[in-house]
Amino acid sequence: MKMTVKEFLIRFRPLLGLLILAVIVSLLSPRFLTVSNILNVLRQTSINAVMAAGMTFVILTGGIDLSVGSILAICGAVAAFMIANGFDPYISIATTLLLGTVLGAFAGVIITKGKVQPFIATLVAMTLLRGATLVFTDGRPISTGFDEASDVFSWFGTGYILGVPVPVFIMLLVFAVSYYILKYTRFGRYVYAVGGNEEASRLSGVRVNRVKTAVYAISGLLSALAGIIITARLSSAQPTAGAGYELDAIAAVVLGGTSLAGGVGTIFGTLIGALIIGILNNALNLMNVSSYYQMIAKGAVILIAVLMDRKK
Amino acid sequence: MTKTPLLEMKNITKTFPGVKALDNVFLRIFAGGVMALLGENGAGKSTLMKILSGVYTKDSGEILYNGKPLTVRDPKDAQNKGIAIIHQELNLIPELTVSENIFLGREPVNSFGKIKYSEMNSLAAEYLGRLGEKTSPSEKVASLSVGQAQMVEIAKALSMNAEVIIMDEPTDSLTDVETENLFKVINELKNDGKALVYISHKLSEVFEVCDRATILRDGTFVDEKPVSELDEESIIQLMVGRPLLERYPRSECRLGEIIFEAEGMTNQLVRDISFQVRRGEVVGIAGLMGSGRSEVAKTIFGVLPLISGEMRLEGKQLKVSHPADAISEGISYVSEDRKQLGLILGMTIKENITLPALKKYQNAFRHVSYDKETETSQEYIKKMSIKTTGPSQKVVNLSGGNQQKVAIAKGVVTEPKVLILDEPTRGVDVGAKKEIYELINLLKADGMGIILISSELPEILGMSDRILVMSGGRIAGEIVKADATQEKIMALAISGLTQTA
Repeated sequence: MKMTVKEFLIRFRPLLGLLILAVIVSLLSPRFLTVSNILNVLRQTSINAVMAAGMTFVILTGGIDLSVGSILAICGAVAAFMIANGFDPYISIATTLLLGTVLGAFAGVIITKGKVQPFIATLVAMTLLRGATLVFTDGRPISTGFDEASDVFSWFGTGYILGVPVPVFIMLLVFAVSYYILKYTRFGRYVYAVGGNEEASRLSGVRVNRVKTAVYAISGLLSALAGIIITARLSSAQPTAGAGYELDAIAAVVLGGTSLAGGVGTIFGTLIGALIIGILNNALNLMNVSSYYQMIAKGAVILIAVLMDRKK
Repeated sequence: MTKTPLLEMKNITKTFPGVKALDNVFLRIFAGGVMALLGENGAGKSTLMKILSGVYTKDSGEILYNGKPLTVRDPKDAQNKGIAIIHQELNLIPELTVSENIFLGREPVNSFGKIKYSEMNSLAAEYLGRLGEKTSPSEKVASLSVGQAQMVEIAKALSMNAEVIIMDEPTDSLTDVETENLFKVINELKNDGKALVYISHKLSEVFEVCDRATILRDGTFVDEKPVSELDEESIIQLMVGRPLLERYPRSECRLGEIIFEAEGMTNQLVRDISFQVRRGEVVGIAGLMGSGRSEVAKTIFGVLPLISGEMRLEGKQLKVSHPADAISEGISYVSEDRKQLGLILGMTIKENITLPALKKYQNAFRHVSYDKETETSQEYIKKMSIKTTGPSQKVVNLSGGNQQKVAIAKGVVTEPKVLILDEPTRGVDVGAKKEIYELINLLKADGMGIILISSELPEILGMSDRILVMSGGRIAGEIVKADATQEKIMALAISGLTQTA
């Protein structure tokens, strides 16, 4: 397919934004463009990026998931608890992922069968699960301990393959699989269709409730995965982990050009969006900007990006 | 009657990505006159009117109003300058009341900024009254029928006291009585010296209310003539560029065995519906709006529950609780509302067409084959002469008639045994209508059973083998083709009505 320059620019605007940001940052801070710093940025981005991938599925159907940060926290706590109590690390991980999926699916059922708005349903889930995490951990961090199982587990957060951090591989795998699902499977097409027009999709034989439940399950699964990465990295689970992460995940999706109204967007865009946020955080740290001003800077950049995206 | 026009559009050109929608088009609108704007779907009528009402901006050309150049920045600006448009799509806010919708943005307020509801409601009632519409001004628009909502839309245009009023397919969803009331109002407006533009595919209406007609074809200006110098044939010839031989090209087809059967089908909206459809048969369902026609279709398709009674497909009991069940059993439904219920406007033609049958396009690894999808949609684009830049064009950028063809293609792509067409030619021009009828002929020759729901009696009479007439949620009677007349259908359609119709 032939593309004009203008169409090309519109299509790859998020990528262009990322490149411009990278150039500016590398000019401002010489330490930015070093291999170790780039790997560092990628690893720091991976947690938000993995959650944002799940969020992309949800937002494409026209929904929203505010519970991701709380799912991350409770799943991280459960994983740490299991490791500390001598469970096999792989069984612990599988159980944690299953828990995240079930929690997400449960929110999906409340939304579809209970006909509750996604914002409200996931807001409730966010509050409930945060409370549950605090009860479960008694408000204290859970350490994974120092045995062999703990070492195996912590590899998922701290390990390297060919010099590249494991979380970065996990992130790339998540995006590759998500890309395939959204672009080439029937389910992926249904996700876009439901976001485009729910009623017309139903009349076209799409089982809308199943699709919607599934996207929240996916979001829950990937939040659990993010919880595992963060817990493995710190060798302990914090009861307040992931608080506010839902907003970073949503910001990544929106920066990537996905419409909050549903039906339009790409997973590739979300990866770019997550990287923009990651680089921004990193750059502000490198430049020793105080964390108070960091928030202002981050808000301003997101605002500019979203305003630019309006002008099509 | 020959005088200078109140408003004149000259050499209007408008290009969309990939398409020249309008090329040097002219339009003159006279005070005290009704100008018909005619053309096939995609001829550029709606685009031209959207330019006049400020929705689109023109690429070149000029607009003269009272002889002076006029620029229209946006729809609000057009309203302020005395140009009101009644859009084909309803632009009302469902959760607001009738009067709130009519006066949206122009609410009468007291000095504290509080809306004067009683004044607003009585004014709204007055405008509705002129249209012979009894809807209460304090009722929510969401609870109105499509026809009533259309009348509210017309009342809104009246309330603006505009000098130029554009009506885009205003009677599409109106009943005959409502249409007559509208025509009375149009004549009053004419006598008041207002200038009107009337867009319609129903040529009989053009002869009834219009004085002059402007004809467009493929985005170009063809001719402007007094209606008295035209007849249906010459208009069609100007619109299509060639004579159209037959309006309803129904072909004879041997009827096969019974394929679908309903017995005592009952739920909240329809009662005791029993009928049969044979292979190769077109069963028409006529009736007034709200008589339960679409509800019968939706029950068969699994959208509405079946509370008692039975349905059988090829002799076997049919149980459907979701449209997906109906589709996999071999039933398709093409909805009357292509924008809300039929199509996913933001998706491409091919994504829309293959959506109900996506399973067929998967290969190993559950991979959807884009090539196969493109191939299928190209077939339909050719078979149904859909005017498009290609299978990857977004449906939202197609004209109404071409959108309808995509909606019908969606119904056919699953290769159903029974196809239900609900108002398949609403808002579609004569040329495209004929193509849809020809497709019906092809499908029934393949042994499909077709249920045709329509408000257009000539269409029902022209295309059906048998006609069921519904009234008040029941089948009021059945007429075989040989005995059917418009009068008989209407008599049955109003037979079951009490005063509260």
